[in-house]
Amino acid sequence: MVDRMISCVEAVRHLWEFLDQGLPDDANQAVEEHLARCVRCCGELEFARKLRGVLRTATAGQLPDDVRGRLAGFIDDLDHAE
Amino acid sequence: MLTASDTAALQQLARDELPGLYGLARHLAGPNEAEDLVQEALLRACESFGSLREHRAGARWLRVILTNVWRDRVRKETRTAREVPVDDVEAFSLYRVLVDEDPYPYSDTLHLDFLGAFTDGDVDTVLLRLPPRYRAPLVLRYVEGFATRQIAQLLELPLGTVLSQLHRGRKLFERAMWDYADECGFVARRDAARSV
Ligand SMILES: [Zn+2]
Repeated sequence: MVDRMISCVEAVRHLWEFLDQGLPDDANQAVEEHLARCVRCCGELEFARKLRGVLRTATAGQLPDDVRGRLAGFIDDLDHAE
Repeated sequence: MLTASDTAALQQLARDELPGLYGLARHLAGPNEAEDLVQEALLRACESFGSLREHRAGARWLRVILTNVWRDRVRKETRTAREVPVDDVEAFSLYRVLVDEDPYPYSDTLHLDFLGAFTDGDVDTVLLRLPPRYRAPLVLRYVEGFATRQIAQLLELPLGTVLSQLHRGRKLFERAMWDYADECGFVARRDAARSV
């Protein structure tokens, strides 16, 4: 048990770091205990997990062909750099 | 001066990593400056390729160089730039806005439906709308997978600053997702419940 209860606002503030396993032990435990009692924050947690996944797959589309061509030429010329 | 075989190795690495490198450059600097940022990063990579011991670590090494080049550029620019006002974004919760506005009244999977309306291209557009100082930590953390401590080193910022920029960045991203969905008609919201 932790001796400090946290509010929904504070729990939500830490959800992403909680998902990243980046919280210090006591803060991690405070979030866990909050989630055990709070259905709404469990919903927030699930949504945060999904949103994080959405961000991860946002890979900026494709490299446009014209840019690819120019940069490939630039790389070819690197042996003349200095 | 690189040896011919080092130059060839660097060129191969650059060709292999080009799409990912360009993607990161685009997310950090925006579409207009991305190509130039990649070029400058490759030139800097030429100067320090000798220091790369493990060629297998090359992909990450190039991304670090590119991020450093970008950081040095924005540092020059932001010396005079104003702080972006982030008003009440700290308290914004997309999850709760969706519950309150209930844009899909007959759905049991409201939040999933909302996210499902976005293509990867849509998410990318939303991301590019965020101010760079909030977008950069978000991209480095969640798209590129750097740890928060590494981001602090890369951007030469205190860890606490990175954590708070990440938090604001997430909130700005949530709000931008909502605004974009609203503009594109992904959600039919009730004007009476229109939030501030
Ligand atoms: Zn709660």
